[in-house]
Amino acid sequence: MSAESRAAILARIRRANGVADNPARVSQQQHEWSLLSRAYRARGNLDDAQRLKLFDERIRHYNGTPFYSTGNIQSDIANILTERGKQTLIVPAGLPSEWLPEDFDFVPDNNLSKQQLDAADGVVTECTLGIALTGTVVLESSPTQGRRAATLIPDYHLCILRKGDIVELVPEAIRRLESIKGRPLTFFSGPSATVDIEMTRVRGVHGPRTLDILLI
Amino acid sequence: MSVHIGNAENAPSFPRAARAALINTQLRTNVRNATNIIQAKRNNMTGELPDWEELREAGHAIKNHTLKYLDLYLEQFEANVTRAGGMVHWATDADEANQIIGNIIADCTGKEIIKVKTMTSNEIRLNDYLENSGITPHETDLADLIVQLGNEDPSHIVVPALHINRTQIRDIFQKKIPLHELGIDNLTDDPQQLAEAARLYLRHKFLTVDIGFSGANFAIADTGAVVVVESEGNGRMCLTLPDVLITLLGIEKIVPTFRDLEVFLQSLPRSATGERMNPYNSIWTGVTPADGPSEFHVILLDNGRTSVLANGEGREALNCIRCGACLNVCPVYHQTGGIAYGSVYQGPIGAIVTPQLQNLEHSRSLPYASSLCGACYDVCPVKINIPEILIFLRGEIIRDEQRTLLGKFQLENIAMQAMALVFSSSGLMTTAEALAKFAQGPLVHDGIINRLPGMLSGWTNSRDLAPMPRKSFRDWWFQREKDKDQ
Repeated sequence: MSAESRAAILARIRRANGVADNPARVSQQQHEWSLLSRAYRARGNLDDAQRLKLFDERIRHYNGTPFYSTGNIQSDIANILTERGKQTLIVPAGLPSEWLPEDFDFVPDNNLSKQQLDAADGVVTECTLGIALTGTVVLESSPTQGRRAATLIPDYHLCILRKGDIVELVPEAIRRLESIKGRPLTFFSGPSATVDIEMTRVRGVHGPRTLDILLI
Repeated sequence: MSVHIGNAENAPSFPRAARAALINTQLRTNVRNATNIIQAKRNNMTGELPDWEELREAGHAIKNHTLKYLDLYLEQFEANVTRAGGMVHWATDADEANQIIGNIIADCTGKEIIKVKTMTSNEIRLNDYLENSGITPHETDLADLIVQLGNEDPSHIVVPALHINRTQIRDIFQKKIPLHELGIDNLTDDPQQLAEAARLYLRHKFLTVDIGFSGANFAIADTGAVVVVESEGNGRMCLTLPDVLITLLGIEKIVPTFRDLEVFLQSLPRSATGERMNPYNSIWTGVTPADGPSEFHVILLDNGRTSVLANGEGREALNCIRCGACLNVCPVYHQTGGIAYGSVYQGPIGAIVTPQLQNLEHSRSLPYASSLCGACYDVCPVKINIPEILIFLRGEIIRDEQRTLLGKFQLENIAMQAMALVFSSSGLMTTAEALAKFAQGPLVHDGIINRLPGMLSGWTNSRDLAPMPRKSFRDWWFQREKDKDQ
C-alpha cells in the first residue's frame, strides 16, 4: 500500500511541477541550490574576548551559570559541585577520569536504566561548541558527551566547554557541525522553560532545571 | 484519496463562528494579552539582527527551490533515513496515515504513547483514531496537555492554549490530574506551580511509556535527519527515551541540506516565540546504537499538499514554517482568536492553507477572514505573500461559483457584473454617479452609509460605505479641462 502511495505522491508532485522523472534533474537541482541567495552574515566580527563576554551574557540571560576554570579542572568541578550540593553524578564512559575529583560519587553510564538516571543528582559532560549570539550549547552523541538520555533525565547538568569552541553566529556553528551532522545533536539554550501559561516564562519544566557551564 | 483537515469540513463559516467568539470577552482579553506580548518580543528579536531581511530572503529562496525539486528531495530523504536504519512510509491522506500509525503501534506491546506537539497529528485527528483503537495518547507539551485535558480546541499554531488563562488552567488541572497522588495540595494559579504540577504528572509517563510520537519542524534531505525545536524538554523526552519513535511529517517540511538549518534556526525561534534560540533543538538521523530509540518510523504525508503545489499562485503557502507570527500580528485574529477559523491551522496562514489543502471544497469563507492589510506578509520569516494568495483564492472561489447556475444568478455576482459594465463605459459611469448621488440622500448618517436597504444590505453588513461626494473626481477633472480650454 505504501509503495503505491509513494508512487502516487511522487507522480502528483511531478505533475504539479510539470516535470518528468528525469535523472538529469539532479545536477540541475544541485546547481540551483548552490546559487541560492545567502546574503546574511556567515561570519562574526567579534574578537575572542568580546565573543566570550557575549556568550557569558547570553548564558546568564537564559538562566544558565558560567564558571571560569582556574586551570585545575578537577578542583573547579569539585568547587562547583560542592556549591550546588550535588553528590551522585552520571558521567559518560569517555570523560577524562583525571577531571573527576574525589569525595563525589561518579557513576559511569554503562547503559544505566532510565530509573537509575533519574535517581542521580546530576550529570557532568563535555560539549561540542557554544554559540555566543544565542547563548546556545551544542551536544553530540560521543564518548565524552554521552548519550542523549544521560543529559536529559538528571535535574542538574554541569557542562564543560573549551573557550576556543565558542563561535559567534549560528551559521558558524552549523558549518563546524558539518563533519558530525549524522550524529544525534542537541542544542540547548539555558535550562528548559515554557511560556504556555499567559506567555509568562516559567523556568524548568522537563529537562535539567539547573545548568552550569565550566569554561576551560 | 480523501483529504481531511481536522474537522474543518464541518466547521461553521468564519463570520458565524467569529460572532460567537466576539461576544466572549474573556477569550478576547486572553488573546489580546498573549499576542501583544509575543509580538513585542518578536519585534525586539528580529530588530536586533542586522541581516533579518537577508534571512527572510534566503528562507524564501530555499523553500521555493525545495518545492521545485520536491520529488527528488523526498527520494533523497527517504534513502538517507533508510540507510541510517529508519523506516519510511508514505500516506496519501489522513486515513492512510492513521492506519499506518495504528499498525506500527499494534506491533508494539504498549497501549500508550507520549506525544510531542504536532499540528500535523491534529490535522489527521490521530488522537481520536487511536482512542477508538484502544490506544491512549498523552500530549506532553504543556499547552497541548491543557487543551487535551480541558477538551478544548487549539487556538494558535505555536501556543495552542493561548486563549485559556491561568485560573482556567488551574481548574482544568484540579479536575483532570490526580494532584493528591502527586503530593500536590492547594494548587494555586501561579504559572510556576502549574508547570511543576505538569512536570510531576508527566515524569512518570516519560520514564515508562515505550512509544514516542512527534511531528517535525524540518526534515533534511541530504542527511535524512529530522529536526524538532521546542522549549520544555518534553520533546527530548519523547524523542529519546522510548524504544519506538514515530514521526509524522508533511511532505513540505523538507529542506535540502543540513547547511540550510543556519537560516531557519535563526528565523524560526525569533519569529515564533521571540527568542534568539529555542531552549531545545533535537536533530537525529535514523537510529543510533545505544542512544535513543531502536526503532524509528517516518510517515510522509500528502493529505492535500500536492493539490496546493499544483496551485501556481497559491503554492507558496507550503513554504510556511509554522512560526505563528502572522497570527500574532493579524487584526482579525486579534479580535476573534483562533477557534473561529474552524481549523488546526488558524490566522492568515490558516486562511490560505486550510481551503487549499481541501482543494477549495470546504472552508471557503476563510480567504475573506482578512482586511488585506499586509501585516502578515511583513512579518513572515519566509516571505509568503499571504494577501496576494488571499486575493487569488477569493478569485478562484468566485470563478468557481460563477460556473454554477445558482452562482451566476446570485445577487452579488449580478451586481459585480453590472459594476464591471458601468466601470467600462464613461457614459454609463456618469449616469450612475448622478443616480447614486440622488438616491443616497436618506441613507447617509453622520457622513457614512452603514446600512443599505433590502438586498444590498449584504454589502454593509460587515463594512461602512463612504457616500458619493458632491463633486466626484471625474466632475472635477472635466471642469478643470474645460477651464483650461477657456
